[in-house]
Amino acid sequence: MDVAVRELSYAQAIQEAMAIAMEQDERVFLMGEDIGVYGGAFQVTGDLVERFGSERVMDTPISELGGAGVAVGAALTGLRPIFEFQFSDFATLAMEQIVNQAAKMRFMLGGEVSVPVVMRFPAGSGTGAAAQHSQSLEAWLGHVPGLKVIQPATPHDVKGMLLAAVADPDPVMIFEHKLLYKMKGPVPEGHYTVPIGKADIRRQGRDLTIVATSIMVHKALEAAAALQAEGIDIEVIDLRTVRPMDKQTIIDSVKKTSRLLCVYEAVKTLGIGAEVSAVVAESDAFDYLDAPIVRLGGAEVPIPYNPDLEKATVPQVPDIIAAARDLAKGKR
Amino acid sequence: MPVEVILPKVDMDMATGQISRWFFEEGASVKQGDVLFEIETDKAAMEIDAPASGTLRNITGKERVDIPVGAPVAWIYAEGEDAGTPAAPAVAAPAEPQPVVNGKAETPMSSSQDKPAQTALAVQETPAPAGAVRATPLARRLAREAGLDLAGVTGSGPHGRVVKADVEAAIAGGGAAKAAAPAAAPVAAAPAAAPAVKPMSDDAVLKLFEQGSYDLVPHDNMRKTIARRLVEAKSTIPHFYLTLDCELDALLKLRSELNAAAPMRKTEKGDAPAYKLSVNDMIIKAMAQALVAVPDANASWTDTAMVKHKHADVGVAVSIPGGLITPIVRKADQKTLSVISNEMKDLARRARDRKLKPEEYQGGTTAVSNLGMFGIKDFAAVINPPHATILAVGAGEERAVVKGGEIRIATVMSVTLSTDHRAVDGALGAELLGAFKRIIENPMTMLV
Amino acid sequence: MATARKAANSDAAQPNLPFAFRKYTAEQLREVLHKMYLIRRFEEGAEDAYMRGLIHGTMHLSIGQEASALGICMPLTDQDQITSTHRGHGHCIAKGADVKRMFAEFFGKTTGYCKGRGGSMHIADVTKGNLGANGIVAGGIPIAVGAALAAKKLKTGKVAVSFFGDGANNEGAFHEALNMAAVWKLPVIFVCENNGYGMSTSTERSTAVKNIADRASAYAMPGVIVDGNNFSEVAEAADAAVERARAGEGPTLIESKTYRYRGHSKSDRNRYRTKEEIEDWMANRDPIALFEAELKEFGIIDDAGIEAVREAVKKEIADGIEFAKDSPSPEIRDLENYVYTEVA
Repeated sequence: MDVAVRELSYAQAIQEAMAIAMEQDERVFLMGEDIGVYGGAFQVTGDLVERFGSERVMDTPISELGGAGVAVGAALTGLRPIFEFQFSDFATLAMEQIVNQAAKMRFMLGGEVSVPVVMRFPAGSGTGAAAQHSQSLEAWLGHVPGLKVIQPATPHDVKGMLLAAVADPDPVMIFEHKLLYKMKGPVPEGHYTVPIGKADIRRQGRDLTIVATSIMVHKALEAAAALQAEGIDIEVIDLRTVRPMDKQTIIDSVKKTSRLLCVYEAVKTLGIGAEVSAVVAESDAFDYLDAPIVRLGGAEVPIPYNPDLEKATVPQVPDIIAAARDLAKGKR
Repeated sequence: MPVEVILPKVDMDMATGQISRWFFEEGASVKQGDVLFEIETDKAAMEIDAPASGTLRNITGKERVDIPVGAPVAWIYAEGEDAGTPAAPAVAAPAEPQPVVNGKAETPMSSSQDKPAQTALAVQETPAPAGAVRATPLARRLAREAGLDLAGVTGSGPHGRVVKADVEAAIAGGGAAKAAAPAAAPVAAAPAAAPAVKPMSDDAVLKLFEQGSYDLVPHDNMRKTIARRLVEAKSTIPHFYLTLDCELDALLKLRSELNAAAPMRKTEKGDAPAYKLSVNDMIIKAMAQALVAVPDANASWTDTAMVKHKHADVGVAVSIPGGLITPIVRKADQKTLSVISNEMKDLARRARDRKLKPEEYQGGTTAVSNLGMFGIKDFAAVINPPHATILAVGAGEERAVVKGGEIRIATVMSVTLSTDHRAVDGALGAELLGAFKRIIENPMTMLV
Repeated sequence: MATARKAANSDAAQPNLPFAFRKYTAEQLREVLHKMYLIRRFEEGAEDAYMRGLIHGTMHLSIGQEASALGICMPLTDQDQITSTHRGHGHCIAKGADVKRMFAEFFGKTTGYCKGRGGSMHIADVTKGNLGANGIVAGGIPIAVGAALAAKKLKTGKVAVSFFGDGANNEGAFHEALNMAAVWKLPVIFVCENNGYGMSTSTERSTAVKNIADRASAYAMPGVIVDGNNFSEVAEAADAAVERARAGEGPTLIESKTYRYRGHSKSDRNRYRTKEEIEDWMANRDPIALFEAELKEFGIIDDAGIEAVREAVKKEIADGIEFAKDSPSPEIRDLENYVYTEVA
C-alpha cells in the first residue's frame, strides 16, 4: 500500500495529527489559550476552529491551573483532551494539576481510573522571548512517575507521537521546541503512530555516540557531518522520549562506540544528561567506556534577551563539534 | 466491662509516646471529657480526654516512660463494677508493641515496615583499580582479559589516560609487562584467564578424590574466621621475613633463680609458688620492651596514616582444639614477669574453654607464636592484622657456636620476625629484632 | 436513594413540613439516618484504630458534618460524579461506598477501594461516581468542572459536585474553576462545607467576604447559604442546584455552614478554639440529634427504631473492621503497579 509522503512543517504536522485524531474520535477536543480564531500563539491550531467548531477547539480563559484541571477532569470522565500551554514556562502555573493530580490519580485510586490527557508545551530558546518564555522544563516533568514525557524532533515523529499520545491511556506531555515549528520534513498522509518510549538512531557511527534531544538532534547531525571529514564517525541517537527512557538503545550504542556525549538544551545540571550518563554508568556499558562521559547542556543562567547571549546559553553546532572532537581523541 | 484508656497515636509516624503528666490519681472519679493525662511527642504536648465516666483504676502507664501506641494505660470502671485486674497486662516499655483490638493482635502499621526492601540495589562488584594507573574502563577490561599489567602501558589519552588503543598496541607489541597471575594465558586469545585468581571450587577439589575416601566436616565459625582472616592477611599485607639466633643460657639461668625464689602462697590446692615463669613469658616481655626501644616498629598500617602505638600489647598465639586464638597481654612493657606469667596462664585456660571476651583477643600491636615445644627449629608466621609484626619462635637447643675462633656449646633459639613492609621496612625490622636479641641475651634488663 | 418520589405526607396534607419530609419517603428518610450513623461510627472506628496504631499516616475526620454530606448527595444518582476533599469519608459513604472496603483501604489492604495505595486522603469509589478525595486543597474543584464539561459534551445528563472546605475558597483553582464553569454554563455544583476553620485559621481571619457564598456573584452564579447541620435544608438547596444544572442553566455555589468536632487532623491540639465552642455545637447543633428529633416529631421513627438503626450500624462497623483486618496486604513486588496503565 502506497502512502503519499509530503513535506510539511513541524507545526503543520501537529495540526494534521490533531485533525486526524478529532476526525477519528468524537471524544478528542482541543483546549488552550487563543487556539481558536487566533490560531494559537505559534499558529499550530491554525484554522482548525473553522473545521471543528469552537466546541472542539475551545479557547480557555487565561487560567492555566484551572484549565489543566478541567482537562484532567474531562480525561478522567471519558474525554480525550489535548491541552495546549501557550508557552511551556506556564506549566509552572499548573504544576499542581499536572504533578499531583494527572500523574498520580491512577495510582492513588489503585488502578480504578486513568487520565488520558495530552498536554502540549511550546518550549526552548532562540526566539528572543527571554527568561520566562524560553525554558526547557522537560526534566521537571520527567521526574514524575505517572507522566510520559516526549520530545519529538521531526515533523514525521511529532505527528506519529502525538497520535500515539492521544491513543495512550496515560497522561502524555509533549515538549515542542519553538524553533522546530517551521522546520520541514517528510510526513506520510493519514494515520500512523510512532511509539512512545523508543529512541531512534538517526545516524550510525563507530567512534562516538551522541544522545541528543529535540532541536539538538539536528545540531548533532550537523556536527557529525562536519566531523566525518576529519574521519570521526559519529552515531547520533534521538532520545525522543524522556520518560520512560529507552535505556537499551543507549547502552547498545555505547558498547559499540565506547564514547558518550549528551547534548540537550535544558540547564546542564540535574537534567537529562545526568540521567543518560547514569544509565550508561550503571549498566554493563560501563566496562566499554574508553573515555569519560561528556555532557553539553544549557548554561547555569536564565535565558537572556540579547541574541548573542541567548545563543551562548545553549549548545551550538561548533560546541558540539569541539566536544566530540575532543572526546574522540585517542580513538584511532 | 471497664473502659480501657489507651496511649493514643496523636501524630504521624508515632510508634511510642510518653505520658508527661497524669491529672488524676488511682481511684479518682473522672467524667467523660476530663483531661486525664498529657502526652509528649517530638513536636508538642497533647491533652488526652477520658473516654468514659467512672473511677480511674489500674494506672499502668507510668510517667516519662516510652509506651507503645495503642497500649492500655489505665481503666475506667463504672459505678459498682468489679475492680478486678483487667485482662491486658500492665505496660512498661516493651520493645514490640502488640496492641489488642477485639481480642485480636495486629501489628501496628509503622513507617519502617512498609519501606520497600528492594529499592536498595545490589552493588555491582567492580575490579579494584590497577594501582594508580589512569585508564578507561574499557582499557582496564581488555587488559584484564589479556593478562596485561597496565602499569607498563603508556597512555595516549587526555592526562596520560590509557585507552583501548594503547592496550591493543601493547598486546600487539608484546612489549609491556604481563601480569604475573594468568601467566599461562596466551596473550592473543581474547577471553583469556579469569580476571582474578579464585580458589578452586568445592566441586573441583572433591573431584580429585575418590568418593567415599573422605568425610566432610562442616566448618565451625572459628575455622571460617581463621580462614578468612589468614587469606585477608596474606593477600593484603606484603610480608617479609628476618631471622636471627638468640643465645638462651643467661635467660634460662635467671628463670631458674627467679622461679626458685618465688614466695609460696596458699591456694585451694595447698601451698603453691606465687608464679612459675616460662621461657615464653620472658619472650613476651622481651618483645614488648623491644618495641618500646624501637617505637617506630610499634605501628599499624592504615591507608590514610601510620598508627603509632604508645603501648606494646603483645598477642600470644594459643593453640586450642579446632584452631587457635591470640589473646593479648596489654601493656606488657609495663608489667612484671610474674604478672605477665599469671595473666598468660589465665588467658590460655579461658582460651581453651572458649570463654575469652572479644576485647581480650582483638587488637594488640604485635604477636608472638611459639612452636618451640614441638621441636620446630625455625618458621615464619602470618601477621595478624592490625599488627605490623609477628615473632615466630623456634625451639631452644644446644648448638655449636663459633665465637672468636673457638667452638663452644650454647643453647640457641632461632626467631623469625614477619613484618608488614608497608609499616616496617627491612632496616627497622632488623633494629627491632636486634633489640629483642639484646634483651633475651641480657635478661636482667627485664627486671629493671 | 436518588429516586425522589412523593412521600405519604403530601404537600397538600402537610404544607408546613420541611422540604425533605415532603420530598422523600419514610423509608428513604430512615436510610438517611442510617447513613448518618454509618458515617459517624465509621469515623469513630477509624479514629480508634488510628489511635491504636493500626492505621498509618493521618486522617481528617468530618464528625459533626454528616448532614451536609448526605443532604448534598440526596438528589444525586450513582452516575452523577463528585470530587471530594481530604475530609472526605462522609462524602464517600453518602455517595454509596461500602464501609468494609473503606476500612480495608485505611488498613492499607488490597481489598480497599484503592488497593492500599491511597488511604484516607484518596478514598474513592468510582463505581458510585466518587472520583476521589484529594490531598490538595481545591485540587478537586477544576477536576469536577472537567467532569461537568465531559457530561455536557457527551450529553450524558450527569451533574458533577465538587465538595471543598472554607480553606479552598482562597485558592486560585477555586476562582479559575468557578469562572470557567460559569462561562461554559456547565452542570456542576460547588459545595463549600464551611466548618469555620482552615486548619487553625478562622474564615474571619482568612476571607475578605463575610460569606463564601458571596463569591458566587463574581462568577454570575447563585450563591446559597444553608445550615449544614440541618439535613432537610441542605437537601433542598442541593435539589434546586441539581435541577438547575440538569436544565443546562449552569453552576451553583452552595455554602453549607457546619462544624467539625475533631481537630483538623490527628495532630491538632485545638489551640485556636475553645472547648466551650466545641461543646456548644455538640450539645445544641448536632446534625444527627437534630435529624432524629425531626424524624420522631413527624412520626417517621420511634426510639426503638432509632436503637435498631444504631445496633445495625454497630454491626456493620465491626464487620467492616474484621474484613479489613482479615484482608491481605499488598505484595512489595507489586509496588510499581498502577503507575501506568498496564499494556495487555
